[in-house]
Amino acid sequence: MSALWDALGTVMDPELDQPVTELGFVSEAVVVDGHARVRLRLPTYFCAPNFAYLMVADAHEAVSALPSVTSVDVRLADHFAAEEINAGVAASAGFAGSFPGEAVAELDELRLVFQRKAYLASLDRLCVRLPGSPVGLTLADVPASPALVSLMRRRAALGLPCSSESPLLLDERGVPITAEEAPLRLRFARSVRVSIEGNAGFCRGLLHTRYPQAVGN
Amino acid sequence: MYEKDGQKYFVVDSHIHFWDGRPSNQANRYGEGFINCFYDYHRNLSPESEVWTLEEFWQQSEERILHDLFEVGYVDKAIFQPTYLTDFYVNGFNTTEQDGALAEKHPDRFIVNGSWDPRDGEAGLDKLEALSQRWNLRGVKLYTAEWKGDSKGWKLTDPWSYRYLEKCQELGIRNVHIHKGPTIYPLNRDAFDVADVDDVASAFPSLNFIVEHVGLPRLEDFCWIATQEPNVYGGLAVALPFIHSRPRYFAQIIGELLYWLDENRITFASDYAIWTPKWLIERFVDFQIPADMIGEYAPLTVEIKKKILGLNAAKLYDIEVPPELALSSAPVDSGEAVGSAPKVPA
Repeated sequence: MSALWDALGTVMDPELDQPVTELGFVSEAVVVDGHARVRLRLPTYFCAPNFAYLMVADAHEAVSALPSVTSVDVRLADHFAAEEINAGVAASAGFAGSFPGEAVAELDELRLVFQRKAYLASLDRLCVRLPGSPVGLTLADVPASPALVSLMRRRAALGLPCSSESPLLLDERGVPITAEEAPLRLRFARSVRVSIEGNAGFCRGLLHTRYPQAVGN
Repeated sequence: MYEKDGQKYFVVDSHIHFWDGRPSNQANRYGEGFINCFYDYHRNLSPESEVWTLEEFWQQSEERILHDLFEVGYVDKAIFQPTYLTDFYVNGFNTTEQDGALAEKHPDRFIVNGSWDPRDGEAGLDKLEALSQRWNLRGVKLYTAEWKGDSKGWKLTDPWSYRYLEKCQELGIRNVHIHKGPTIYPLNRDAFDVADVDDVASAFPSLNFIVEHVGLPRLEDFCWIATQEPNVYGGLAVALPFIHSRPRYFAQIIGELLYWLDENRITFASDYAIWTPKWLIERFVDFQIPADMIGEYAPLTVEIKKKILGLNAAKLYDIEVPPELALSSAPVDSGEAVGSAPKVPA
């Protein structure tokens, strides 16, 4: 159970940048005789199907990777596209294969867009905690903190430089942010953080309204 | 009109519905899911005293609408924003004709907006012209996530969409309300992305693009384009009810909007019947940015609140404002951010 839960804890809601386990999206997770059974749920019937697909597919992959698991049954419930998503993930059909005629590509680009947003939000979370200006700092200048760990994880996910001599202020594509640009860019990073955190709060609220017994806080 | 502490506020509710979500009108499980989704929004963000039963929520009578909006809701003028959803509801969820029937009985109370769908092609252009003449349209509401047969949505930058926007210009339909939803074509893209608004706002500078729900869940992207496009506005439907359940988040939303846009391009809306205007207006007039957030965000002045609650929308729709409810000084023209908003370098 613990290994299964930990595996599911690596699955993020790409839009909210939080683990599905903490969001209360996992309603059931058990392994019996090597067979893993996982049930996912979302805050609304009409949550965007592309993000929903990513979470189901990522959960399937994370659980399949467990050595103790020999077969996997991951299903999304109470969603308008649950049938297509569940069948597509189980058959490894990919997103385009799961929604023929409706999608023209896989979801890598969508995931990248939201990894970039998550990185900008983490940059704001770190910078507001610094005692002085972040301009001109390298990663080595930044004191260790959970906000730094969070930033580094998101930089690594994007393939951005993570060495101690690399600049702290990199934009979401890895281009250094100049001193002149910094105020506007950091102000926008603030807006991204406000947006993501606000959405996460709304989604948690809606999940609780839909499933009053939902775990997650 | 709402009065508090010696101040009088002219109120335009820029986004209301007259819908039929009853099971008898639901065409399929999507129709059922759609109204239930709205109901969860309603239950989640309303104060406990304002929560209705699902049965009450399915449909509102004429008497109830007049009561909620005008008798107790302080609204001076309300703008119907149709949401057709003809693939989900037998007679549509909320069409121009349904709204218009009510508006014709109370012409001093309502403004009727129409709608169009670029997937209707050439025939739809003629239909829009007829709709515009019938209802004297000054605005349209567009729902990009609307399903139509095999299609689950569209973008403002689709070629036919440009034809419809040109038609709007020709017909004098100046106000284009845009509501993004969870689906689009192609489905692998972010359906809530507002980049297409940026493109059409540049291409049609004489039209006003009012992004409903201030772009939520993409507030940051909305702010970014609205800073650059002077004809992009933000409608507060869905954002405003957070004032009750999560007031600090609401402070952030309104603070971000006032930072990136200006107070002349934000409009009040209840999204009735998802929420009712009375409590939203009372709370908004009482609202202030929390003390510990001042500095990060500018305080809300009475003048800003007057503009947001009605004067901005009155300007968009040429609604006559009684002189005692207008601002003593002429409102600053849109086009330049008047606050601290930085201009974005090219």
